[in-house]
Amino acid sequence: MTEFTPVSATVGGLTIGLAAGLLLLLRGRVAGISGVLGSALSQPLGEKGWRLAFLIGLPMGAAAVSLVAGSLVVDIAASTPVLVAAGLLVGLGTQLGSGCTSGHGVCGIARGSKRSIAATLVFMGSGAITVFVVRHVLGASS
Amino acid sequence: MKVLAALFSGILFGVGLAVSQMTNPAKVQAFLDVAGAWDPSLAFVMGAALVVSSIAVAIARRRPQALLGEPLQLPEPAALDLRLIAGAALFGVGWGLGGFCPGPALAGLATGVPAVWVFTASMLAGVLLYRWVFRVASIRGLRG
Repeated sequence: MTEFTPVSATVGGLTIGLAAGLLLLLRGRVAGISGVLGSALSQPLGEKGWRLAFLIGLPMGAAAVSLVAGSLVVDIAASTPVLVAAGLLVGLGTQLGSGCTSGHGVCGIARGSKRSIAATLVFMGSGAITVFVVRHVLGASS
Repeated sequence: MKVLAALFSGILFGVGLAVSQMTNPAKVQAFLDVAGAWDPSLAFVMGAALVVSSIAVAIARRRPQALLGEPLQLPEPAALDLRLIAGAALFGVGWGLGGFCPGPALAGLATGVPAVWVFTASMLAGVLLYRWVFRVASIRGLRG
Protein backbone atom coordinates (compact mmCIF):
# COMPACT_ATOMS: atom_id res chain seq x y z
CA MET A 1 0.00 0.00 0.00
CA THR A 2 1.35 3.43 -0.92
CA GLU A 3 0.21 6.97 -0.29
CA PHE A 4 -1.42 9.12 -2.97
CA THR A 5 1.19 11.71 -4.01
CA PRO A 6 -0.39 13.98 -6.64
CA VAL A 7 2.19 16.78 -6.36
CA SER A 8 5.37 14.73 -6.86
CA ALA A 9 3.53 12.69 -9.50
CA THR A 10 2.62 15.82 -11.44
CA VAL A 11 6.09 17.39 -11.10
CA GLY A 12 7.73 14.12 -12.17
CA GLY A 13 5.29 13.73 -15.05
CA LEU A 14 5.97 17.27 -16.30
CA THR A 15 9.71 16.51 -16.18
CA ILE A 16 9.24 13.29 -18.14
CA GLY A 17 7.15 15.13 -20.72
CA LEU A 18 9.82 17.84 -20.97
CA ALA A 19 12.55 15.22 -21.48
CA ALA A 20 10.56 13.50 -24.24
CA GLY A 21 9.65 16.86 -25.79
CA LEU A 22 13.29 17.99 -25.83
CA LEU A 23 14.46 14.81 -27.55
CA LEU A 24 11.74 15.26 -30.16
CA LEU A 25 12.38 18.97 -30.77
CA LEU A 26 16.18 18.88 -30.60
CA ARG A 27 16.84 15.56 -32.31
CA GLY A 28 13.58 14.64 -34.00
CA ARG A 29 13.48 11.33 -32.12
CA VAL A 30 10.76 9.65 -30.08
CA ALA A 31 11.77 8.94 -26.47
CA GLY A 32 10.40 5.42 -26.23
CA ILE A 33 12.68 3.63 -23.80
CA SER A 34 12.06 0.10 -25.10
CA GLY A 35 12.49 1.27 -28.71
CA VAL A 36 15.76 3.07 -27.93
CA LEU A 37 16.93 0.02 -25.95
CA GLY A 38 16.05 -2.46 -28.71
CA SER A 39 17.78 -0.32 -31.34
CA ALA A 40 20.83 0.26 -29.14
CA LEU A 41 21.31 -3.51 -29.06
CA SER A 42 20.82 -4.05 -32.79
CA GLN A 43 21.88 -0.95 -34.73
CA PRO A 44 25.34 -0.36 -36.27
CA LEU A 45 27.89 1.33 -33.98
CA GLY A 46 27.40 4.87 -35.36
CA GLU A 47 23.69 4.74 -34.49
CA LYS A 48 24.33 3.47 -30.97
CA GLY A 49 25.97 6.61 -29.56
CA TRP A 50 23.01 8.87 -28.83
CA ARG A 51 20.89 5.89 -27.75
CA LEU A 52 23.45 4.71 -25.19
CA ALA A 53 23.86 8.31 -23.98
CA PHE A 54 20.08 8.62 -23.49
CA LEU A 55 19.87 5.28 -21.66
CA ILE A 56 22.87 6.04 -19.40
CA GLY A 57 21.21 9.36 -18.57
CA LEU A 58 18.28 7.54 -16.90
CA PRO A 59 20.21 6.16 -13.88
CA MET A 60 22.23 9.41 -13.75
CA GLY A 61 19.03 11.40 -13.34
CA ALA A 62 17.70 9.01 -10.71
CA ALA A 63 21.04 9.15 -8.88
CA ALA A 64 20.86 12.95 -8.82
CA VAL A 65 17.38 12.83 -7.23
CA SER A 66 18.60 10.22 -4.77
CA LEU A 67 21.48 12.52 -3.73
CA VAL A 68 19.13 15.45 -3.17
CA ALA A 69 16.36 13.44 -1.49
CA GLY A 70 18.69 11.24 0.57
CA SER A 71 17.53 7.99 -0.98
CA LEU A 72 14.97 6.47 -3.35
CA VAL A 73 12.33 4.07 -2.07
CA VAL A 74 12.45 0.77 -3.96
CA ASP A 75 9.93 -1.58 -2.42
CA ILE A 76 9.95 -4.87 -4.34
CA ALA A 77 7.44 -7.53 -3.36
CA ALA A 78 8.22 -10.09 -6.07
CA SER A 79 10.57 -13.04 -5.42
CA THR A 80 13.66 -13.48 -7.60
CA PRO A 81 12.11 -16.12 -9.94
CA VAL A 82 9.04 -13.89 -10.41
CA LEU A 83 11.28 -10.88 -11.13
CA VAL A 84 13.19 -12.89 -13.74
CA ALA A 85 9.93 -13.96 -15.42
CA ALA A 86 8.62 -10.39 -15.22
CA GLY A 87 11.80 -9.00 -16.78
CA LEU A 88 11.69 -11.51 -19.65
CA LEU A 89 8.01 -10.67 -20.30
CA VAL A 90 8.69 -6.93 -20.26
CA GLY A 91 11.68 -7.29 -22.61
CA LEU A 92 9.88 -9.63 -25.01
CA GLY A 93 6.49 -7.89 -24.84
CA THR A 94 7.79 -4.36 -25.46
CA GLN A 95 9.77 -5.50 -28.51
CA LEU A 96 6.85 -7.51 -29.93
CA GLY A 97 4.42 -4.65 -29.19
CA SER A 98 6.85 -1.94 -30.40
CA GLY A 99 6.73 0.14 -27.24
CA CYS A 100 6.23 0.56 -23.52
CA THR A 101 4.82 3.11 -21.09
CA SER A 102 6.96 5.90 -22.55
CA GLY A 103 6.82 5.08 -26.28
CA HIS A 104 3.10 4.27 -26.41
CA GLY A 105 1.82 5.83 -23.18
CA VAL A 106 3.52 9.22 -23.37
CA CYS A 107 4.91 9.79 -26.89
CA GLY A 108 2.39 7.74 -28.89
CA ILE A 109 -0.75 9.12 -27.28
CA ALA A 110 0.67 12.66 -27.65
CA ARG A 111 0.82 12.01 -31.41
CA GLY A 112 -2.77 10.76 -31.34
CA SER A 113 -1.67 7.31 -32.52
CA LYS A 114 -4.52 4.78 -32.43
CA ARG A 115 -2.00 1.95 -32.09
CA SER A 116 -0.48 3.58 -29.03
CA ILE A 117 -3.85 4.27 -27.43
CA ALA A 118 -4.85 0.63 -27.97
CA ALA A 119 -1.49 -0.68 -26.70
CA THR A 120 -1.70 1.51 -23.57
CA LEU A 121 -5.22 0.29 -22.78
CA VAL A 122 -4.08 -3.32 -23.30
CA PHE A 123 -0.96 -3.18 -21.11
CA MET A 124 -2.74 -1.25 -18.36
CA GLY A 125 -5.56 -3.79 -18.53
CA SER A 126 -3.31 -6.84 -18.47
CA GLY A 127 -1.19 -5.23 -15.74
CA ALA A 128 -4.28 -4.59 -13.61
CA ILE A 129 -5.55 -8.14 -14.19
CA THR A 130 -2.14 -9.53 -13.24
CA VAL A 131 -2.02 -7.55 -9.98
CA PHE A 132 -5.64 -8.55 -9.25
CA VAL A 133 -4.83 -12.24 -9.71
CA VAL A 134 -1.62 -12.05 -7.67
CA ARG A 135 -3.11 -10.06 -4.77
CA HIS A 136 -6.76 -10.96 -4.62
CA VAL A 137 -6.99 -14.43 -6.18
CA LEU A 138 -3.68 -16.02 -5.19
CA GLY A 139 -3.67 -13.84 -2.08
CA ALA A 140 -0.06 -12.71 -2.04
CA SER A 141 0.49 -10.13 0.69
CA SER A 142 2.28 -7.75 -1.70
CA MET B 1 26.13 18.06 -29.39
CA LYS B 2 23.67 15.48 -30.69
CA VAL B 3 24.87 12.90 -28.18
CA LEU B 4 24.86 15.53 -25.41
CA ALA B 5 21.25 16.47 -26.22
CA ALA B 6 20.29 12.79 -25.90
CA LEU B 7 22.23 12.46 -22.64
CA PHE B 8 20.51 15.57 -21.23
CA SER B 9 17.09 14.25 -22.23
CA GLY B 10 17.93 10.90 -20.60
CA ILE B 11 19.05 12.57 -17.36
CA LEU B 12 15.90 14.71 -17.25
CA PHE B 13 13.80 11.62 -17.97
CA GLY B 14 15.53 9.80 -15.09
CA VAL B 15 14.89 12.74 -12.77
CA GLY B 16 11.20 12.66 -13.70
CA LEU B 17 10.93 8.91 -13.13
CA ALA B 18 12.59 9.19 -9.71
CA VAL B 19 10.61 12.26 -8.57
CA SER B 20 7.32 10.66 -9.64
CA GLN B 21 8.34 7.42 -7.82
CA MET B 22 7.83 5.31 -10.93
CA THR B 23 11.11 3.71 -9.79
CA ASN B 24 9.26 2.19 -6.82
CA PRO B 25 7.49 -1.05 -7.89
CA ALA B 26 5.13 -0.87 -4.88
CA LYS B 27 3.86 2.47 -6.21
CA VAL B 28 3.31 1.08 -9.71
CA GLN B 29 1.54 -2.03 -8.43
CA ALA B 30 -0.64 0.11 -6.15
CA PHE B 31 -1.71 2.04 -9.26
CA LEU B 32 -2.58 -1.21 -11.04
CA ASP B 33 -4.41 -2.56 -7.94
CA VAL B 34 -7.77 -1.01 -8.74
CA ALA B 35 -9.62 -3.55 -6.57
CA GLY B 36 -7.40 -2.93 -3.54
CA ALA B 37 -5.97 0.20 -1.91
CA TRP B 38 -5.78 2.03 -5.23
CA ASP B 39 -3.13 4.75 -5.57
CA PRO B 40 -4.00 6.93 -8.60
CA SER B 41 -0.66 8.84 -8.50
CA LEU B 42 0.68 7.35 -11.74
CA ALA B 43 -2.32 8.63 -13.68
CA PHE B 44 -1.10 12.12 -12.69
CA VAL B 45 2.42 11.23 -13.91
CA MET B 46 1.11 10.17 -17.29
CA GLY B 47 -1.38 13.02 -17.56
CA ALA B 48 1.24 15.66 -16.75
CA ALA B 49 3.78 14.07 -19.12
CA LEU B 50 1.16 14.00 -21.88
CA VAL B 51 0.36 17.70 -21.51
CA VAL B 52 4.01 18.64 -22.13
CA SER B 53 4.74 16.02 -24.81
CA SER B 54 1.56 16.97 -26.72
CA ILE B 55 2.74 20.58 -26.86
CA ALA B 56 6.14 19.39 -28.10
CA VAL B 57 4.49 17.27 -30.81
CA ALA B 58 2.32 20.22 -31.89
CA ILE B 59 5.43 22.44 -32.20
CA ALA B 60 7.43 19.70 -33.95
CA ARG B 61 4.72 19.17 -36.57
CA ARG B 62 5.00 22.83 -37.65
CA ARG B 63 8.73 22.54 -38.19
CA PRO B 64 10.47 21.11 -41.26
CA GLN B 65 13.21 19.58 -39.12
CA ALA B 66 14.49 19.23 -35.56
CA LEU B 67 16.42 22.11 -33.94
CA LEU B 68 19.77 20.35 -34.37
CA GLY B 69 19.09 20.01 -38.10
CA GLU B 70 17.98 16.41 -38.47
CA PRO B 71 14.71 15.20 -39.98
CA LEU B 72 11.86 14.56 -37.56
CA GLN B 73 11.31 10.84 -37.19
CA LEU B 74 7.73 10.47 -36.09
CA PRO B 75 6.36 6.97 -36.66
CA GLU B 76 3.92 6.70 -39.58
CA PRO B 77 0.31 5.83 -38.77
CA ALA B 78 -0.13 2.08 -39.03
CA ALA B 79 -2.97 -0.34 -38.56
CA LEU B 80 -3.60 -2.25 -35.36
CA ASP B 81 -2.34 -5.78 -35.53
CA LEU B 82 -2.21 -8.88 -33.40
CA ARG B 83 1.52 -8.40 -32.79
CA LEU B 84 0.94 -5.04 -31.12
CA ILE B 85 -1.90 -6.34 -28.95
CA ALA B 86 -0.08 -9.57 -27.98
CA GLY B 87 3.12 -7.66 -27.19
CA ALA B 88 1.30 -5.06 -25.08
CA ALA B 89 -0.58 -7.82 -23.22
CA LEU B 90 2.65 -9.70 -22.40
CA PHE B 91 4.35 -6.48 -21.35
CA GLY B 92 1.44 -5.68 -19.02
CA VAL B 93 1.70 -9.07 -17.31
CA GLY B 94 5.42 -8.51 -16.69
CA TRP B 95 4.74 -4.93 -15.54
CA GLY B 96 2.14 -6.17 -13.05
CA LEU B 97 4.31 -9.01 -11.76
CA GLY B 98 7.48 -6.99 -11.23
CA GLY B 99 6.19 -3.42 -10.95
CA PHE B 100 8.84 -2.20 -13.40
CA CYS B 101 8.57 -0.95 -16.96
CA PRO B 102 11.77 -0.37 -19.01
CA GLY B 103 12.54 3.27 -18.07
CA PRO B 104 12.21 2.91 -14.29
CA ALA B 105 14.13 -0.39 -14.41
CA LEU B 106 17.10 1.35 -16.06
CA ALA B 107 16.80 4.45 -13.86
CA GLY B 108 16.49 2.25 -10.76
CA LEU B 109 19.92 0.72 -11.43
CA ALA B 110 21.22 3.85 -9.68
CA THR B 111 19.80 2.63 -6.37
CA GLY B 112 22.14 -0.37 -6.37
CA VAL B 113 19.34 -2.62 -5.10
CA PRO B 114 20.30 -6.11 -6.41
CA ALA B 115 16.70 -7.04 -7.34
CA VAL B 116 16.57 -4.09 -9.78
CA TRP B 117 19.68 -5.44 -11.51
CA VAL B 118 18.08 -8.92 -11.63
CA PHE B 119 14.96 -7.49 -13.26
CA THR B 120 16.89 -5.31 -15.72
CA ALA B 121 19.23 -8.14 -16.75
CA SER B 122 16.18 -10.35 -17.37
CA MET B 123 14.57 -7.56 -19.38
CA LEU B 124 17.69 -7.26 -21.58
CA ALA B 125 17.60 -11.04 -22.00
CA GLY B 126 13.95 -10.72 -23.10
CA VAL B 127 14.89 -8.08 -25.69
CA LEU B 128 17.71 -10.29 -27.02
CA LEU B 129 15.45 -13.35 -26.98
CA TYR B 130 12.94 -11.45 -29.13
CA ARG B 131 15.68 -10.41 -31.56
CA TRP B 132 16.92 -14.02 -31.76
CA VAL B 133 13.44 -15.51 -32.28
CA PHE B 134 12.65 -12.83 -34.85
CA ARG B 135 15.86 -13.53 -36.77
CA VAL B 136 15.27 -17.30 -36.73
CA ALA B 137 11.69 -16.76 -37.92
CA SER B 138 12.74 -14.43 -40.74
CA ILE B 139 15.48 -16.84 -41.92
CA ARG B 140 12.96 -19.70 -41.98
CA GLY B 141 10.52 -17.44 -43.80
CA LEU B 142 13.10 -16.71 -46.49
CA ARG B 143 13.93 -20.40 -46.90
CA GLY B 144 10.32 -21.55 -46.87
